[in-house]
Amino acid sequence: MEILMSIVVGVLFTSAVYLILSKSLLRVIIGTALLSHGAHLLLLTMSGLKTGDAPVLLDGVTSYTDPLPQALVLTAIVISFGVTAFFLVLAYRAYQELGTDNMEEMKGNESND
Amino acid sequence: MINLPLLPILIPLLAAVILMFFPKRIKAQRFISLLAIGATIVASVVLAAEVKANGIQTVNLGSWPAPYGIPLVSDMLSVLLVLTSSILTFFVVWYAMIYMDEKYESFFFYIGVMFLLVGINGAFTTGDIFNLFVFFEVFLISSYLLIVLGGKKAQLRESIKYVLINVISSALFVTAVAYLYSVVGSLNMADISQRISELGNTGIVTVIAIFFLMVFGLKGAIVPLYFWLPGSYSAPPIPVLALFGALLTKVGVYSILRTYTLFFTQDTGYTHEILGVLALLSIVVGVIGAVAYREVKTIIIYNIVVAVGVILYGVAAMTPASLEGAVFYLLHDMVIKAALFLLVGIMIAIAGSSHLKDMGGMIRDYPRIGWTYFVAALALAGIPPLSGFIGKLLIVQGGFEAGDIVGPLLVLISSLLVLYSAMKIFMNGFWGTPKEYHGAKAKSANRLWVPAAALVLIAIFYGVGTEAIRPFITMAVEPLIDPAIYIEAVLKE
Amino acid sequence: MKKPNDVILQTVTTVISFIIILFSINLFFAGHYTPGGGFIGGLMTAAALVLLLLAYDVKTLNTILPFDYRMMTAAGLLIAVLTGAGALLFNQPFLTHAYDYFNLPLLGETSLHTAVLFDIGVYLVVIGVTMTIIQTIGESE
Repeated sequence: MEILMSIVVGVLFTSAVYLILSKSLLRVIIGTALLSHGAHLLLLTMSGLKTGDAPVLLDGVTSYTDPLPQALVLTAIVISFGVTAFFLVLAYRAYQELGTDNMEEMKGNESND
Repeated sequence: MINLPLLPILIPLLAAVILMFFPKRIKAQRFISLLAIGATIVASVVLAAEVKANGIQTVNLGSWPAPYGIPLVSDMLSVLLVLTSSILTFFVVWYAMIYMDEKYESFFFYIGVMFLLVGINGAFTTGDIFNLFVFFEVFLISSYLLIVLGGKKAQLRESIKYVLINVISSALFVTAVAYLYSVVGSLNMADISQRISELGNTGIVTVIAIFFLMVFGLKGAIVPLYFWLPGSYSAPPIPVLALFGALLTKVGVYSILRTYTLFFTQDTGYTHEILGVLALLSIVVGVIGAVAYREVKTIIIYNIVVAVGVILYGVAAMTPASLEGAVFYLLHDMVIKAALFLLVGIMIAIAGSSHLKDMGGMIRDYPRIGWTYFVAALALAGIPPLSGFIGKLLIVQGGFEAGDIVGPLLVLISSLLVLYSAMKIFMNGFWGTPKEYHGAKAKSANRLWVPAAALVLIAIFYGVGTEAIRPFITMAVEPLIDPAIYIEAVLKE
Repeated sequence: MKKPNDVILQTVTTVISFIIILFSINLFFAGHYTPGGGFIGGLMTAAALVLLLLAYDVKTLNTILPFDYRMMTAAGLLIAVLTGAGALLFNQPFLTHAYDYFNLPLLGETSLHTAVLFDIGVYLVVIGVTMTIIQTIGESE
């Protein structure tokens, strides 16, 4: 299962990099969303995928599922949810203001020329 | 009061929440923000006294015992950084009240600043690597809000890049934490340190170390990850820029300082060598930028890169003297960068432009501002007895002790060029032929001078009173040299 | 612009949004010992509100539920922070919670936990933030 998940993480990261490098702002944002999905999945995978045990730590219990990764992933998901939402609003505002969603046309810096 | 380490985080948080109820009432917003930051400063001072008297203070959130819960750990380094950040924020907010248009102020400016302070103080205080990530996000999200404030075209364009860079680096942070957790199985920083030293020297830890260097390097703007900095930082208004320049990159630097002394001490020949080389490259690139540009904001922004390089060179050398120098210089740089940004902001306010070609002869009408800037520029370069001197001296000394020659020499040469770049602003801006100025905010220049001068005064005191401050710094460096002190204080074994 | 024909959506929404909200409240309380809680409950409530928003429009939703969602976020945060800070009064570490079992009329023996207060805060924050985001995008069109 870990091997499969690692491949999925790899695919997610690859697609994310491809999308982030594209010119359309919307694709870039979808790319960042995929990137954080990949990172979250990695976090869950790296700490070991185990099913069937209860997430408790008592004296004498030797087989248990680590509850921490799920808490971490939930936190990370909430954060990336918020940031993606903000990013979308920002992109929308920028599109209205600048009249383009093409990263190529957003290159210049008026104050430095 | 066992919750003392928490107060510098809790007070601004509570203030931010209260401010959210009436975002449009500017007077109340101003008053409550200043009050809250003042209270934060008081709490930090009390905390510093407590740490000085009784050693490292910890509080386990939710009463979950370490290493299972999230601890907040206030050692002297954290407390000093928290105190400095709070003082800086106080003066920058004061400056912002005069500088900013009311329209900006009512657009959640103070709420953003409060959350920024929560995130920064939290990042300095936390003893849990994932909690560090959470606090990073807290101040990053507030910085997203602050950087788009005003919503000009250039700002929107630059903030997209800023957000994008930070989203990517956050994803990398999660990835790095994932690797670390799978190797050591703990998130408590003291516990991680202990377990890594039990693991011994394994390649995977070195890989993780470089991963963390990338993550924190992106925030701290070291070469080659600084590329976003000049563009993004030139977009927001000056008070926001002062906060970002003085505090945000320093959090990245602090995180490198912490992780590279606490966790990754196994294979210093590789990791710290890379860190050292990157630090020196940062100095070179930063100096080139600072010397080449004639745009006042950009000059100071490139000086951030230089300072980050100098501090990290001290960390990379890993001798007691160089670490002490790094801490000295870190605190100095926070204060002086904020002061310089505020002073440069006054020049921009007077001239109505940020380019040196539109300035000249300001000293005739604004002598106080000119000479304050002069002192700040000297302090930036590290002229004794001002504040940058002792830090650089110790870093150079530590570098020589570590058997390096190129590094210390580069640091020394960079000081000269930094002085040149800062004097370039002074010569072209304050001396020369006086010009006609049409800056809209020129009238408030003398009122803007007060908070900036106060910061310069702190910098002077920090330099002249080095003898008095040194015991605190020495105490801050102890856990960096010997992680066992930190581990023992957190895990209480 | 041609008026869209969304009779089915509107009719279904009026019925279904209540079911969603009720279920979200159930989820919220279930979070005490089983999967659920403030975050997921809040998200589901917000989903119901978004459904209403889709079927009708911003104005109608504001007439049905005249809330200021920014205030809701602030109130939620305040509740959460104060619950955490309440531990300070008893000189306990921040976020330390207290709980006990009580015999309540009708419900029998029930465990009451200060974490519920914290969760109410989270619930309100999630609804507030989600709706603020949706409205920010929606209003400018």
